[in-house]
Amino acid sequence: MEKVLLKNIDNPDSADIGEYRKAGGYRSLPKALELEPKAIIEEVKKAGLRGRGGAGFPVAMKWTFASSDPKFPKYLLCNADEGEPGTFKDRPILEKNPHLLIEGMIISGYTLKAEYGYIYLRGEYPEAKHILDKAIAQAYENGFLGEKIAGKDVRFHLAVHQGAGAYICGEETALIESLEGDRGQPRIKPPFPVNVGAFSMPTVVNNVETLSNLPYIIEIGGEAYSKIGSPDCPGPKLYCVSGHIEKPGVYELPMGTILKDIIYTHCGGIKGGGKLKAVIPGGISTPVLPPDKLDCPMDFVNMPKHGSMLGSGAVIVMDESVCLVKVCYRALKFFEHESCGKCTPCREGTGWLRSILGRIEDGSGVDGDIELLLSVSGNIMGKTFCPLGDGAASVVQNFIKHFRPEFEDHIKNAGCSLKN
Amino acid sequence: MLSEAAIKEIEAIRAKYPTARAALLPAIYVAQREFGWLSPEAYEAVSDILGIPKAIARGVATFYAMYRHRPMGRNVVQLCTNVSCMILGAEKLVDFLKNRYSLEPGGTDPDGRFSLVIMECIGACGTAPAMLVNEDFYENLTEKYIEEILGKYK
Repeated sequence: MEKVLLKNIDNPDSADIGEYRKAGGYRSLPKALELEPKAIIEEVKKAGLRGRGGAGFPVAMKWTFASSDPKFPKYLLCNADEGEPGTFKDRPILEKNPHLLIEGMIISGYTLKAEYGYIYLRGEYPEAKHILDKAIAQAYENGFLGEKIAGKDVRFHLAVHQGAGAYICGEETALIESLEGDRGQPRIKPPFPVNVGAFSMPTVVNNVETLSNLPYIIEIGGEAYSKIGSPDCPGPKLYCVSGHIEKPGVYELPMGTILKDIIYTHCGGIKGGGKLKAVIPGGISTPVLPPDKLDCPMDFVNMPKHGSMLGSGAVIVMDESVCLVKVCYRALKFFEHESCGKCTPCREGTGWLRSILGRIEDGSGVDGDIELLLSVSGNIMGKTFCPLGDGAASVVQNFIKHFRPEFEDHIKNAGCSLKN
Repeated sequence: MLSEAAIKEIEAIRAKYPTARAALLPAIYVAQREFGWLSPEAYEAVSDILGIPKAIARGVATFYAMYRHRPMGRNVVQLCTNVSCMILGAEKLVDFLKNRYSLEPGGTDPDGRFSLVIMECIGACGTAPAMLVNEDFYENLTEKYIEEILGKYK
């Protein structure tokens, strides 16, 4: 497959506007400006583009909702807060191919009649902040941003808004709160951001990877784009693979590539020829899978049928040296730390889950602890404003579902039999 | 007091947003850089320039983990220990920093040269274990490599 999102990134100067243009960049923008916004939405619909942040929501539908709201100004926000543990897929776009994202945002802004855009960038990517600031300045100098884009009566202004270390700000309403200068606590929906978003105006929030697909969709057309990868949710997809794997990294492959093939064909298999124990397929919030359940197409439609989710496409591979109780404990420590505190089931529940898992791991677990974990998880699931609580509960439920004997052994033998 | 340059920087940031409140997070970054941490004076300065009550500024800032809520060493070591880094040995590196540099998580060494912050995922999972020192990324860490890196920071 031709590289779309990671095109040209081996060029050390790929972040420069001159190099981006030499490689064909900023050619879709004038083409898009010749089209009516409605026609672009139609192309995106034909392309079947779904949001790459984790939810897989159809982009054309989100855009139609925002476009049909009569309020102005409208805002376009790029979610560059990738904080889902295991995820590092947007980083190469931000650091090596920033103009692809910027071109995608200008096209999207024009389509939505949004004249202001912000890239909400996680605080943990200081290098990307400098690169994006420079790229945005270059785009202004070249007339791609500002008052009269490409000489037309189109305005779009873009700035980077730097977060400060809060996972929850990757949730779109928390992101909006944070952009507005508040604590990153999610809002209840409805109203949805497409109607009442940033500064109470219609707002579209899309992930870095999603927006970076726009120039290519304009270039080849929605119809041709829809032929790439899974018919139900097409396009190129970034998979980021980490853990006990021979060749970790970010891979651009057709959406729906089989998980087993990603691990064994593209990434060279388990590190040092080790034995596979478990795989988290889409970032830490997605249900863990045992080695016999990896024949699943990695896309938004098929993963739920195979007992997990695509999430952010962050594959974490774990070999037999790993204690899964400890992984589960570490995950819950993360969720406890990142819970914003707004909803009681999540704020209190994540702490209790972490505490019970901690005692099982260190050898002081008692009979009934597994049932207690399941009971607490069940009391979080579906009872919170945003999906953070559900993610935490589902991690515990799925580790127990697939690896219950390991938890039982910890309790029976008063600790972990693996030395790590 | 903020420097003239910092005031100009915050005013330029303010111009990018429809409300003064939206400039709060970036303005706090500027004040933190000027004062070294979010001291009472830092809040005072941000509050004055944006016209936002100090209590609001502090209430917002304390939600976020990456602001410096207390004085820190000259260099901040931010080591990830989340799952991908953990399974590739990050915890041993925490012990190493403790033994070799007297650095406790959340603490500062006696010379004030380094502070250690334990991070949740910093997006370097494919090159784990990883850390940031101030704004610089370091990946595929080993004990020996950490010694080499930290030698560069005075």
